[in-house]
Amino acid sequence: MTGVFLPDGGFRDRMPPLCHGLLLGISMETPGSGGGSPQPVPPFAPNAFIRIATDGTITFIIPKSEMGQGVYTALPMLIAEELECDWNAINVEPSPVGPAYNHARWQMMNTGGSSSTWSEWDRLSLAGAAAREMLITAAAKTWKVDPKSCHAENSHVIHESGKSLTYGELAATAARMEVPKDVRVKDPGQRKILGKPRLCIDNPLKVNGTAAYGMDCSFPGVLTAVIERSPVFGGKVRSFDAAKAKAVTGVKDVVQVPSGVAVVATGFAPAQKARKLLKVEWDEGAGAKLSTPGMREEYRKLAATPGTIARKEGDPVKAIAAAVKKIEAEYEVPYLAHSCMEPLNATVDLRPDRCDVWAGTQSQTRELNAAAKVSGLPQEKIQIHTLFLGGGFGRRANKDADFVTQATEVAKAVKQPVRVIFSREDDTKGGYYRPMWYDRLRAGLDKDNKLTGWQHTIVGQSILAGSDFGAILIQGGIDETSVEGAKELPYAVPNILVDLHSTENPVPVQWWRSVGHSHTGFVVESFFDEVASAAGKDPFEFRRELLRDMPRHRGVLELAAQKAGWGTPLPAGHARGIAMVESFGSFVAQVAEVSVDPAGKVRVHRVVCAIDCGQYVNPDSIAAQMEGGIVFGLSAALHGEITLKDGRVEQSNFNNYPVLRMNEMPQVEVHIVKSSEKPSGVGEPGVPPIAAAVCNALFALTGKRIRKLPIRPEELKAA
Amino acid sequence: MFTLNVNNQKYEVDVEPDTPLLWVLRDNLGLQGTKYGCGIGQCGACTVIIDGQAMRSCIRPVSLAAGKEITTIEGLPPDHPVKKAWIAGNVPQCGYCQPGQIMSAAALLSKTQKPTDDDIDKAMTGNICRCGTYQRIRKAIHEASAAMEEKK
Repeated sequence: MTGVFLPDGGFRDRMPPLCHGLLLGISMETPGSGGGSPQPVPPFAPNAFIRIATDGTITFIIPKSEMGQGVYTALPMLIAEELECDWNAINVEPSPVGPAYNHARWQMMNTGGSSSTWSEWDRLSLAGAAAREMLITAAAKTWKVDPKSCHAENSHVIHESGKSLTYGELAATAARMEVPKDVRVKDPGQRKILGKPRLCIDNPLKVNGTAAYGMDCSFPGVLTAVIERSPVFGGKVRSFDAAKAKAVTGVKDVVQVPSGVAVVATGFAPAQKARKLLKVEWDEGAGAKLSTPGMREEYRKLAATPGTIARKEGDPVKAIAAAVKKIEAEYEVPYLAHSCMEPLNATVDLRPDRCDVWAGTQSQTRELNAAAKVSGLPQEKIQIHTLFLGGGFGRRANKDADFVTQATEVAKAVKQPVRVIFSREDDTKGGYYRPMWYDRLRAGLDKDNKLTGWQHTIVGQSILAGSDFGAILIQGGIDETSVEGAKELPYAVPNILVDLHSTENPVPVQWWRSVGHSHTGFVVESFFDEVASAAGKDPFEFRRELLRDMPRHRGVLELAAQKAGWGTPLPAGHARGIAMVESFGSFVAQVAEVSVDPAGKVRVHRVVCAIDCGQYVNPDSIAAQMEGGIVFGLSAALHGEITLKDGRVEQSNFNNYPVLRMNEMPQVEVHIVKSSEKPSGVGEPGVPPIAAAVCNALFALTGKRIRKLPIRPEELKAA
Repeated sequence: MFTLNVNNQKYEVDVEPDTPLLWVLRDNLGLQGTKYGCGIGQCGACTVIIDGQAMRSCIRPVSLAAGKEITTIEGLPPDHPVKKAWIAGNVPQCGYCQPGQIMSAAALLSKTQKPTDDDIDKAMTGNICRCGTYQRIRKAIHEASAAMEEKK
């Protein structure tokens, strides 16, 4: 792959020539590329997404952020399929903020909700097809022939006589053609690119260390700031003493900002060193009373009382009361940090008449609005430059635009370009966690072991309350993301009640890869396993039976079971568990094979994963997302826990907030269902089933049911 | 003033002796391929090779790196078997940890030409990847090892 690829938001143009050349010299893999210089004019620009220069260079302007999910490859594949262009001539450029680049469904520029592929499918396919038709028309006009006697292939328009013109040669003429109103995209059978594995276009940059992440934004004159924030959520600075901090070599300023006290220096090292010498008095506020055990107790009590009804059919209370077997359980999961590998950061150059922001962000519109609000400049004076994201997982779609707001506030205070970097500790303690949840479930079986009633009460904070999605997705007191996956229980049951208590407290919460499903996937699929066990049924067979009218759910369940060899013998001390979750329109089933050592430590040996995400673009990226989702979910199941004591977050870094490492990595196999259904999500759906699949396997192995995450070895010791 | 030998190039840097090598590379030398992840030697994103050993540059003071031979991701040639295996195996997702992973893998292969899965676990467990590319990393190390063997 030799595509020239320079999504650096222009910051490298601000570097002195030596440094500039040094950095770009490595990333230029195609000889003679412009290295950020303006492209030859007039480029053919038929729509917001495609530019073709007279030298044949093709640039796709991509309105989604690349955070590891492969959009800089998948979305170009959608365009290229229709454009019939030379894949190796493609540049990818992150789009600016503007109405043309808004999410096809949401009125803002945003990358999230596992929506990039399905929401861009038609728009980008049509953009590619329209451009191709204009190039064909341009060639036909040049040759004075019928366009129907021409076709496009590998960046050429070819006439039936054999003569051809390159897209570069046609660009100027094509630019004068009318944009066609009705274009046809290919029938699935004609596709050459979609559905076939393709290496990611940005691999070379990422492997050579030249991909520009937010953290890498640096240019002459830019300062680095770190912020000392309140140790308690909602706390405010009462006073501070910066005398010692200011004496550190390299420190330029120490300023109070709304988020705390900012230490501004020539680099990160002096800023951090000086920050440790700051003395800050805090007005901690009500948040200082929060402790995890107290919150848990409050949640547990609430779970025993009726909440706001999210779904009710039949009379589950009566059905369970009349049941021959009653199953009842309480489940709990903790707050979780996203812990992207790249700690949060943003760089802001605020001038009297404009404001430039460089950041790895999932929600450019929110960042733009935030920079406008803080700077007081009109929105059209704000430029958001999207860089690579060193992980996102929802954290970089902050509902309050926290990192850009804070960076703009510091830039405003010091009147110099500044990059605000969160230390790992700042990032871990900075909130916007996956909420802590407490669930109470009840189910009833009749004399024939038929499931007659299901009751599920959920307790936890609303993610959407106070966010720009709240108005749409909170209806009748129900935050859809609090109950998703529980409300849509796919198993046939005549009586069901799902209700919710939305709690309030100062801990900021946010969407965390798979959002509500990260919690309900574990709870519902574990409790269903309990019901299967009570019914004396095989957990796979019991699921199959109650999914009789759900062909896509059943399809992935059966595929995963078959590929995993469900029911076949395993080595002594090993067992399998299965779970299946629909999320973001996709269906995923996973079979986990586990063992437990005498100390209670869980080892996950193998995970077989089946996904049905409808029509798809790049199967290798889907496999990668399933592998990644499984690792993300396993990190939470085996290790992840954010707790509070006297309002303080007790975890700070990877030493006390551990995540999965190489030595714990299971063998993962991914099987993708061939489908002609509409495309659906891939980035998140790999996460929800894994914790339940592992815990169900642990039950099969030890008879011990895990109802609280993370899994604690002491619970399984000598089991 | 310290003299650093990075990727066979000499640099004079005027920084405090306790400045972590990572930030000298990034903020003073403009070598930004080496990444900050944790600052306490827990995640491996900052891994560089010092005198043949994979080291965490975030906890190595510049004073202890002076005079030694330092290789960063920028100093590993683009056609290095590890880099080629990473690309061919479609290893990177977000990519942020990969320079560190690649440096750890290169150091491993320079000592152990045919690493077993256990060798890989030992050498690579200090490098975190939140995107979960571990399985592909393992495979790419085996592929790179085979490619290096073939070249001999």
